[in-house]
Amino acid sequence: MNEMRLLPIPGEWIDRRQLIDFTFEGRRVTGYAGDTISSALWASGYRILGRSFKYHRPRGILSFANHDTNTLMQNGQMLNVRADVLSIRSDMALTAINSMGDVRSDRAHVLDFFSAFLPVGFYYKAFHTKKLFPFWEKVIRRMTGLGTVDPSTPHIRTAKRYDFCDVLVIGAGISGLSAALSAAQAGVDVVIVDENLHPGGSGQYQLGGEMAQAQHTANLVKSVQQHPRIRLYTETEAAGYYDDHWVPLVGRNYLSKMRAESVIVATGVYEQPAVFRNNDLPGVMLASAAQRLIYRYGVKPMNRAVVLTANSDGYRAAVDLIAQGITVVAVVDLRESYVEDQWTKKLCDRGVKIFPNHCIYEASSNPANDGVSAAIVCSLNSGNPETGFAQLISCDGILMSVGWAAAANLLYQAKTKMRFDDHVQQFVPHILPPGIFACGRVNGIFHIEQKRCDGQRAGLEAAAYLGKSDLTKIAVLPEAESPSHPFPIVAHPKGKNFVDFDEDLQLKDFYNAAQEGFDNIELLKRYTTVGMGASQGKHSNMNALRILARITNKTPEQVGTTTARPFFHPVPMSHLAGRGFTPERRTPLHSRHEALGAEFMLAGAWRRPEYYRQRGKNREDCIRLEVEAVRNGVGIIDVGTLGKLEIRGADAAEFLERVYTGRYTSMKIGTTRYALMLDETGVIVDDGVIARLSAEHFYFTTTTSGAATVYWELSRLNTMWRLDCGIVNLTGARSSINLVGSHARTVLAKLTDFELSEAAFPYLAVREMRIAGMPAIAMRVGFVGEWGYEIHVAADSALALWDALMNAGADYNIRPFGVEAQRVLRLEKGHLIVGQDTDGLTTPMEANLGWAVKLDKPFFVGQRSLQIIAKRTPKHTLVGFVLEKNFKGTPPQECHLIIDNNEIAGRVTSIAFSPTLQCYIGLAYIKPGLSEVGNSFSIRTTDGTSVMATVSKTPFYDPDNARQKKIATVRREVVV
Amino acid sequence: MPFRLLKFALSKEHPEPRMFQSRDRLKSSYDAVIIGGGGHGLAAAYYLSRDYDMSNIAVIEKGYIGSGNTGRNTTIIRSNYLTPEGVKFYDESVRLWQDLSQDFDLNLFYSTRGHFTLAHTDSALRTMRWRAEVNKHFGIDSEVVSPDDIQSACPPMNLACGGHAPVLGALYHAPGSIARHDAVAWGYGRGADQRGVEIHQQTEVLGITVQSGRVTGVDTNRGHVSTPKVLCAVAGFTPRILDMVGLRSPLYIHPLQALVSEPMKPWLDPIIVSGSLHVYVSQTARGELVMGASLDPYELHSTRSTFDFAEGLAAHMLELFPFLSHVKIVRQWAGLADMTPDFAPIMGKTPIEGFYLDSGWGTWGFKATPVAGKTMAHTVACDRNHDLIQEFSLSRFKDYQLVGEKGAASVGH
Repeated sequence: MNEMRLLPIPGEWIDRRQLIDFTFEGRRVTGYAGDTISSALWASGYRILGRSFKYHRPRGILSFANHDTNTLMQNGQMLNVRADVLSIRSDMALTAINSMGDVRSDRAHVLDFFSAFLPVGFYYKAFHTKKLFPFWEKVIRRMTGLGTVDPSTPHIRTAKRYDFCDVLVIGAGISGLSAALSAAQAGVDVVIVDENLHPGGSGQYQLGGEMAQAQHTANLVKSVQQHPRIRLYTETEAAGYYDDHWVPLVGRNYLSKMRAESVIVATGVYEQPAVFRNNDLPGVMLASAAQRLIYRYGVKPMNRAVVLTANSDGYRAAVDLIAQGITVVAVVDLRESYVEDQWTKKLCDRGVKIFPNHCIYEASSNPANDGVSAAIVCSLNSGNPETGFAQLISCDGILMSVGWAAAANLLYQAKTKMRFDDHVQQFVPHILPPGIFACGRVNGIFHIEQKRCDGQRAGLEAAAYLGKSDLTKIAVLPEAESPSHPFPIVAHPKGKNFVDFDEDLQLKDFYNAAQEGFDNIELLKRYTTVGMGASQGKHSNMNALRILARITNKTPEQVGTTTARPFFHPVPMSHLAGRGFTPERRTPLHSRHEALGAEFMLAGAWRRPEYYRQRGKNREDCIRLEVEAVRNGVGIIDVGTLGKLEIRGADAAEFLERVYTGRYTSMKIGTTRYALMLDETGVIVDDGVIARLSAEHFYFTTTTSGAATVYWELSRLNTMWRLDCGIVNLTGARSSINLVGSHARTVLAKLTDFELSEAAFPYLAVREMRIAGMPAIAMRVGFVGEWGYEIHVAADSALALWDALMNAGADYNIRPFGVEAQRVLRLEKGHLIVGQDTDGLTTPMEANLGWAVKLDKPFFVGQRSLQIIAKRTPKHTLVGFVLEKNFKGTPPQECHLIIDNNEIAGRVTSIAFSPTLQCYIGLAYIKPGLSEVGNSFSIRTTDGTSVMATVSKTPFYDPDNARQKKIATVRREVVV
Repeated sequence: MPFRLLKFALSKEHPEPRMFQSRDRLKSSYDAVIIGGGGHGLAAAYYLSRDYDMSNIAVIEKGYIGSGNTGRNTTIIRSNYLTPEGVKFYDESVRLWQDLSQDFDLNLFYSTRGHFTLAHTDSALRTMRWRAEVNKHFGIDSEVVSPDDIQSACPPMNLACGGHAPVLGALYHAPGSIARHDAVAWGYGRGADQRGVEIHQQTEVLGITVQSGRVTGVDTNRGHVSTPKVLCAVAGFTPRILDMVGLRSPLYIHPLQALVSEPMKPWLDPIIVSGSLHVYVSQTARGELVMGASLDPYELHSTRSTFDFAEGLAAHMLELFPFLSHVKIVRQWAGLADMTPDFAPIMGKTPIEGFYLDSGWGTWGFKATPVAGKTMAHTVACDRNHDLIQEFSLSRFKDYQLVGEKGAASVGH
């Protein structure tokens, strides 16, 4: 394992006392604790870490940062793990994700030889004959994708939290650390986050051989760590920027939603590759990757290096190599000349040959095909390679240090206006939104001392923005020389000069795409897929932009960038989902229902008893018995899921008058009335019951599913109309129970002193009374067509009320019934259910609810529409129907269609077998010509057979409503 | 390897011409101007030039072609709608879709995957039965299937949904498909361009001139052009264009967001939609999961992203597919949905002569691209609403003749 390991380096991130074994592609590898997967493999001499997306070319370390697709790996159930940054563990069994068989030989590598057949967008140009596409699609789907999901992976619920701070600093490099420190010293609370395991950023690896600089950075880190007003979170990614300084911070095992008063973006830059033939061979890497390998993990990037550069960073990187005993054969500088300084001198002293105004035209592969063996270097003539004078320099590694691109994703997401700075050859912030600040290299400031100043400036500006300090001007000097080359790109007739390493895009792909008309940056992206890989263009977008600028003869600023959107770094779904939030509502009586054997069903977020199971009985029998209990004795149902609202104020009646279709100003205190609500187009949206408790106080119900939306809508209207009334949603605060059946009064009488006679408490009246000692509102209403009370109490009294009613009813065989029995009971009464017997277009006329609409009122929502609609014959109306008395066979189901002359003439909305009437009854919408009582029509069932039905009058049961108003004669003797 | 790819290996130069010409300036007059270079606008231009011999047409696009909802949707194509009008319309669209790759000679990756709309409640199951029955009546392959059928089409899915909302059944629509959305705009654009239509990208419409109730021209940031016919196909920007001609519509704009994951090896064959969980998902040919949910719950003319959307969608996805816990989301985006009160489009002639609308595409516009193009081409060329769009006219709101597609359009785009 020590093949490529250097001697210990001060500040390295590995612990050499602790060895860790893991496997890669089935072979055992040993690394040190703290190693990343890539550093451990590289140290052990592995060169091929993965295979490329399209051509299956061998790939090694390129960026050694948190985004390279070519070093994504599979570790058991973990897919697409980022080997460059993930620390090794002994339980890891890693494989490359895009390889057919062993990554060293990958059977699919032949695709590389066929690359000429696979130009940019090749898949748009072939495979699409109708007959053959399904075949080709299978082939393509077999080749596609990166890692593999394991269906046995458990549902991981990651913790989430909220966090707040005055200043959030993103990036703990030199400028970010300085910003945090100066802001904190000005008196604000600071949170600073960094995606790396340790803070310090490039201040600890871009050293130019000077360890003193690393020490300076370490001191800065220490000051930040010790400052009482700074919290430092490492291994934490700022995943995106959302409106109002809302930044999700993603840690390894948690997600924190940070609301910051202001944000300082100190995210630095991404180093950009140079484009030349075979620039993807293992061993060709970014200079910063090599420096991280050395200073963080003590790993030798190569033994014999050629450094390709266009800035002073490359020279410093070369010195970093030399300082570790690595041979640097040559420094190839794309620029015509370079500034002589201590580093160039150091290199010259060591005999390193410097080639100014030269390029690497091509890299050669070694015979084993697992890495670079030489750089072919040419001089440049006004930017073009003089291929006639090529010289081959053998090496086993090439460093690329030709430029940087701002890691400005978060700034773009925050709607910063960026501009292209010709001097630093980089996009920099131009107009920052309020409360957003940028410093350091993302701001175009590269020099180490200036980064410190720029950080201080940003920190003080943020503090001043928060009113914590006066704005002090801090001068930040501009860069002496450009850190980025304007066009580090060399054409080659044989291609394989990669621009996008994620997507295997070569230089010519861009020219060809532009030739086909995809010559603006967004179209270019979509056609070539540049920047659409796992790195989202972090090391390809800038070069693509430069290429397009050159093709279209525009400046980079004119070409512009593609839209930066979340996420800055991809976020696991477990982190986004957190523990999950699927609200489930239970009524206060849930435990009673459970104890009674309820089978629950969903009603919106609520659980409601569908029916109560009984030993030895099937579902249908249970429901039938519940229906019979209500019809013949007494039943009890929890209707606590109904929306329960209260309105008070001088204009309360007027408000209801405008919202619902009936008349409410004239309602007597102590009465209730049906309430029908329409939308502005006259369509039924909800119904309920309104009870007038006093002149300025109404209590009313909505449907279960409508509760929340009705409340929102009423609140909206109340805000708009500014009437003198207030609405309170009591849905969760109150509970309600229906007690129905011929014994209902007798049962209730046991629990209250209140006079329950017809005279004192008539049908449709509402009374406030004490029941079993509890204050309650009772209404003589009923959906099911029997004498009944809807009793509303405070939610915490519900259990006591239920128990009291059950006890009081025990002598009368009181039976709880569920939603299904209630559906049958109401159907027998011909009552419709909004949402089931109405749809998104049903008007009151169609639903036979014209009686509930007072069209001559001055105003109600939907009135104007209804006045127009009322003049027309409805397209269809709701009618009752019955199947023949002794119908056998499979009955139709709800939503089966009525077919007349082979055309759709209506549909069934409700159907059930009525235990009371001993036949199938239902409701259906039907065309006007077919809706006469007694008319027969045909319903088509799922299998296509027809069932005949006859239009019938409703209610099917007790058409005169006698049972709701009079105590029926008791049908059965009750054993007392 | 298909022979067609040989030419790329054999020729020295890249053997492909421009798909769309870029033009320095606008002509002074056109027979028709189409505002909006998305799928719909380009499709209308394509069919106008192919079927009605009208090629003196300019397509004017503020950004680049396909930059609006054509490039932002989740690419689901289906015809299992609820109303007879909707079913007939989208069925014709699916028929056109199936031949489009060959018509264009451009692979749109039109991939028939089957479409499941899951029912978690008996009321949802009821609506699905309704849709299935209406669909079957019009000859569309659509049926209500059992949880077992769903499980065998997507074995790893957790039908118990974490116990919250177990799947009771689904509406299954075998022709349900996905396609490479950007390529649709390119295919129509190239076809129109080849027939002489001018596509002007990065050109913004600033005004529309109307004289005595007739369209006479269009003002752009590159000058005025005169034309007797203007087709407005700009989805979320429709209200702004309508302002220019003084028309009102009941359109309201909500953002619609979506997420895409990192690629993974294909495991999800069908398209899965759950209205209750607000999830729809399919896996692309690249191996990414493309996911969407419901509209943002408020009106907004902005394509910003919100974090709570990503949180909610991920949570619901994991209810159905808990094993995706480690899968990473790469990107989040949004489009502007021009919603109508009845969830059916607004198409055809308007009170202003020569001004035609193709709008109200809410969350269902992509799948209608071919048929919208075809019927609007007919409408513009003949100045008469195509039979398939009679019911979708703007006047239906005044006349209270709404279409009622809410139950089938609002989820499962």
